[in-house]
Amino acid sequence: MDILRTTGISKSFGEVQALKDVDFSLEAGEIHALMGENGAGKSTLVKIITGVYQPTNGSIWFDGADRRLNSPQEAEQIGISTVYQEVNLLPDLSVTENICLGREPRKFGFIDWKAAKERARKALAKLEVDIDVSANLASYSIAIQQLVAIARSLDVECKLLILDEPTSSLDENETHQLFQIMRHLRDQGLAIIFITHFLDQVYEVCDRITILRDGCKVGTFRACDLPRVEMVSKMIGKSAEEIDSMGHRDFSSSEQALGPVILKAENLESRGVVGPLNFELHAGSQVGLAGLLGSGRTETANLLFGIASHDAGHLEINGKVANKSTWNPRKAVKVRLALIAEDRKLTGVIPDLTVRENIILALQASKGALNQIPRRQQDQIAEEYIRRLDIKTPSPEQLLKNLSGGNQQKVLIARWLATKPELIILDEPTRGIDIGAKAEIEALTDDLCKAGMSVVFISSELEEIVQDCQRVVVLRDRRQVGELAGTDVTMKNILKMIAG
Amino acid sequence: MNNSQSLNFIIGITALLVCVASTFISGRSQKFRHLRWPLVALSLLFLYNLIFKPTFFALEITDDGYLYGSLIDILNHSSKIALLATGMTLVIATGGVDISVGSIMAISGAVAATVIVSPYSSLILAVFLALLVSTLAGLWNGILVAACGIQPMVATLVLMVAGRGIAQLITDGTIITFHHPAFNAIGNGHLLGLPVPAWLAATIFLIALALTRTTSLGLFIETVGNNRTAARYAGIAARKIVWITYVFSGFCAGIAGLVVCSNIKCADANHAGLYLELDAILATVIGGTSMTGGRFYLSGSILGAILIQALSTVMYANDVNPAVIAVPKAILVIAVCLLQSDRFRSRIMALPVFRKFGGEPC
Amino acid sequence: MLKRLRFPIRYVPFAATVAVFIGAYAIGAISFKNFFTLRVFVNLFHDNAYLGIAAVGTGIVILSGGIDLSVGAVIAFTGMLVAKLTACGINTGLAILIALAVGILFGILQGTLIASFDLPPFLVTLGGMFLARGGSFIINEEALSILKNPVLDFIEDNLQLSLGNGVYLECIEVVYLIVLLCGIVFTQWTPLGRRIYAIGVNEQSALLMGVPVARTKIMAYGIAGFCSALAGIVFTVYLKSGNPLNCIGLEMDAIAAVVIGGILLTGGVGYLLGSLFGVLTLGLIQVLIMFQGNINSWWTRIIIGILVLLFIFMQNLITKLSDKKQ
Repeated sequence: MDILRTTGISKSFGEVQALKDVDFSLEAGEIHALMGENGAGKSTLVKIITGVYQPTNGSIWFDGADRRLNSPQEAEQIGISTVYQEVNLLPDLSVTENICLGREPRKFGFIDWKAAKERARKALAKLEVDIDVSANLASYSIAIQQLVAIARSLDVECKLLILDEPTSSLDENETHQLFQIMRHLRDQGLAIIFITHFLDQVYEVCDRITILRDGCKVGTFRACDLPRVEMVSKMIGKSAEEIDSMGHRDFSSSEQALGPVILKAENLESRGVVGPLNFELHAGSQVGLAGLLGSGRTETANLLFGIASHDAGHLEINGKVANKSTWNPRKAVKVRLALIAEDRKLTGVIPDLTVRENIILALQASKGALNQIPRRQQDQIAEEYIRRLDIKTPSPEQLLKNLSGGNQQKVLIARWLATKPELIILDEPTRGIDIGAKAEIEALTDDLCKAGMSVVFISSELEEIVQDCQRVVVLRDRRQVGELAGTDVTMKNILKMIAG
Repeated sequence: MNNSQSLNFIIGITALLVCVASTFISGRSQKFRHLRWPLVALSLLFLYNLIFKPTFFALEITDDGYLYGSLIDILNHSSKIALLATGMTLVIATGGVDISVGSIMAISGAVAATVIVSPYSSLILAVFLALLVSTLAGLWNGILVAACGIQPMVATLVLMVAGRGIAQLITDGTIITFHHPAFNAIGNGHLLGLPVPAWLAATIFLIALALTRTTSLGLFIETVGNNRTAARYAGIAARKIVWITYVFSGFCAGIAGLVVCSNIKCADANHAGLYLELDAILATVIGGTSMTGGRFYLSGSILGAILIQALSTVMYANDVNPAVIAVPKAILVIAVCLLQSDRFRSRIMALPVFRKFGGEPC
Repeated sequence: MLKRLRFPIRYVPFAATVAVFIGAYAIGAISFKNFFTLRVFVNLFHDNAYLGIAAVGTGIVILSGGIDLSVGAVIAFTGMLVAKLTACGINTGLAILIALAVGILFGILQGTLIASFDLPPFLVTLGGMFLARGGSFIINEEALSILKNPVLDFIEDNLQLSLGNGVYLECIEVVYLIVLLCGIVFTQWTPLGRRIYAIGVNEQSALLMGVPVARTKIMAYGIAGFCSALAGIVFTVYLKSGNPLNCIGLEMDAIAAVVIGGILLTGGVGYLLGSLFGVLTLGLIQVLIMFQGNINSWWTRIIIGILVLLFIFMQNLITKLSDKKQ
């Protein structure tokens, strides 16, 4: 019996269409996985269901009636509840309060804490959790905090529970416990949407799987009817035949003598985050890091660049050994390394600075504050890259925040190219960008490699990786599960490794 | 109309025209846009005085050869705020705030006065030690904020509270009065007809301008304030930038403290610089720098300081109790906040009245 | 049985506050004759009642994640208002009610600006401070005495509780204790009080959990306005005059008292009862120095600064420890 039905849901943000005509249905008493890579529209669909966004087109039917959801609070009131990856509760308040906030039992107009604690205990008991509800939420592990969030949802008598990447911070035992609880709740008639990138877990606990790609629904399948490799191939949008026939640039003919090793990672690890990693990069070649969303690719990039410090293993770049405790971006830039990071809004875009200032920033930083690049040279550099990358801006003095996403990304690429690096890490360089800009950036990375730059290329676009990389390191669930080189670099092989 | 009256009018109209012209020029230019609204306010003030109290513009040359008049008063008294605001601007640009500058002024005055009345009395020693101590105070703030990661308001609250106590400790609880001609010149002297404090403020402003614009320090400060994470990723030593701004703020406060101490010819630990930090913050915000950090405008802060002082002087000249200046200041703060608030601007722009203007952001 | 980690860490700052107070009191009791008397203890409340009431309001605003710099100015303003109104012949009780209403409205106005337009509380309440301070001068440029006011004289002479040994508990202290008690009950036992805590911990999360954030913020500032107004009335009655120069800088003392009281400046953490100890500690330091005689009074400021610093470090450390755990 259906509890939720979305019909023809479309959502556009300006010119970008995030969802196209999605029909999605959910039954009461099932655990349903929602899968999709970056830009697939997964989070947009969830935000529409939970009332954060309103659809541009289409309708939502929930629990017996058509609904218009204007806010998360409204969604919660009709019985749609979400537990977020970062839990999003109030860590400095007690467990009791987190569960009862807004609905505290009263006595003579004042809060009856005794009754509230009892209510909290009962809600947790449904999940077979027995903890001191007077203690602060922050004093418990993430696993417990998530269960408190679920208990809150149950207390609100939700009928649809959305779990957004709940297992990212849990260990194996905690994950099993969570799954037990999920099954229990499902058997009692709750509908659960489970969002995760861990393929094993999808098969372990889910009844059905819906796959989104490029804003459209690829299909809904029963878990037992969908082999892993097929699921992965649907997620990346290539059929089995296409995968088989996917050509791989033949490197053997233009057998470049392998240059010296420019980057070496040996058992490189950040405990609990990613690793151990083992791979080498030769000068002038390109190594790809392949894996699905959440497999640890960005974390690897951060380790290499010094944003995060590694606590085990050995990292050597351009001959220089990266010291565990002191490796940082400035040192990385000194050895001619550059990182074009994934989350450009957080880690790259300086919105109120001009295009020119954004472009010369890293170069200036490497020279230090006192050694200012003369204005004329700045203008020259800016103009050069605006031309080379075809950055659409009325002038180099335009504020970066006024440029489109694609052009902002190009500015960030320009920023790092201006430092004339020898080794560049590209983390999802074409993410969230319109088709035109995407093609331009892909062509650019191509040129870079041809020009002799060494590249670590991180992408969920396996096609690109297969086309351009001589070696591919495959990541799954924060671990390196394999390495492919030369003629072994085929889509099929990569998928097999990812799917396990 | 006699000669002095017509002279007043001429000066007044000149001042007004300069202001109005500057308003238009800055409105057109991208670089000086932020000066537009303060200049408008200044123009209005001048207009008011031109109509109702032209003697406001009276300028005389005294027997000792320096200029004297309300306009000069504004220049003179706004210097203290301008000095503080110069340092404060850089601190606010990194997303922080320094509420201890008033107390640092008191400490600086206390050190200078103590040296002057001591057997080692010398202008150079007094100035040097006072500035040294102030800079160290700034360093202290910088360490708390940058190294210990304490919220700037809280971190500078410590020195704000304890600072006056420390100043009194130095003066041994007394108000040290002294007479030292050379030192007195700092607060009361004139150079080329204009007050020394104004020259000091102008010098520090130019130094700050040079430091931030001829080196990349300004760029780095704006980057750190606008997006600290991205600054790190770009290889900027964010922490160092932050504590440098606090050190400079302390230094500026030290100079302002010397000016005040010299002005009143004594070190008054309780009242020196009282509440001046708030005026400095106000001047900075009026000048276009946002409290959330990012782009900063030193010229705007100076203009803001002049505007605040002009308001005060106008009130004084019109026989209004100067304490009432607090009311227009309040209006200024709220107006600037609203103008800087995206939410407010989008709501206002949505009003039918403004749609005609094509939604050009103010 | 699922894994769990346990610290009573949320009580540590409050415990530290109480410890500091008791420690300081002990030092006084040991060092000075006549210190450990009821009179000294009651005087501590009497002399700091106005600060205590203001600290209750400031504490509530800080718990909500904001800040209120207008406290001192509002105290002066409402004091002047009461003085002026009674001088004009208006009934004392009515004058007090008007002053309280003005305080509440003032707070609500500030809260509305902050909540509706997302303006920085620091600047808005700074503006509020300027407005109230200027307003005080507009009411009257100099101090206004409240002489020969039969109602207030009656209260002062008769509304006392004898505690023996010639020590009396007067109206002012009782008002403070009532306000404190109401504040504690409000923050711990009413839904609005808990919502204030919620938005102080994390506004976004609170919003997702259904808390009406804007409305709650406005209420918090409204309450602070009430407390500032009440403190102003108490202060004016205490001094028998209104003075536009009163309480300059008091907001910083209130903030210091709140920080020493264990309430985190970032919001959501701490207990109003802590503000009592913070205020008393501040007062105690001054008393100790007075008893000592030859320590100079400026040490008060330095010691308060050091205390604030220590508490800030402690709070910082606690935050880092609990983050690390995860």
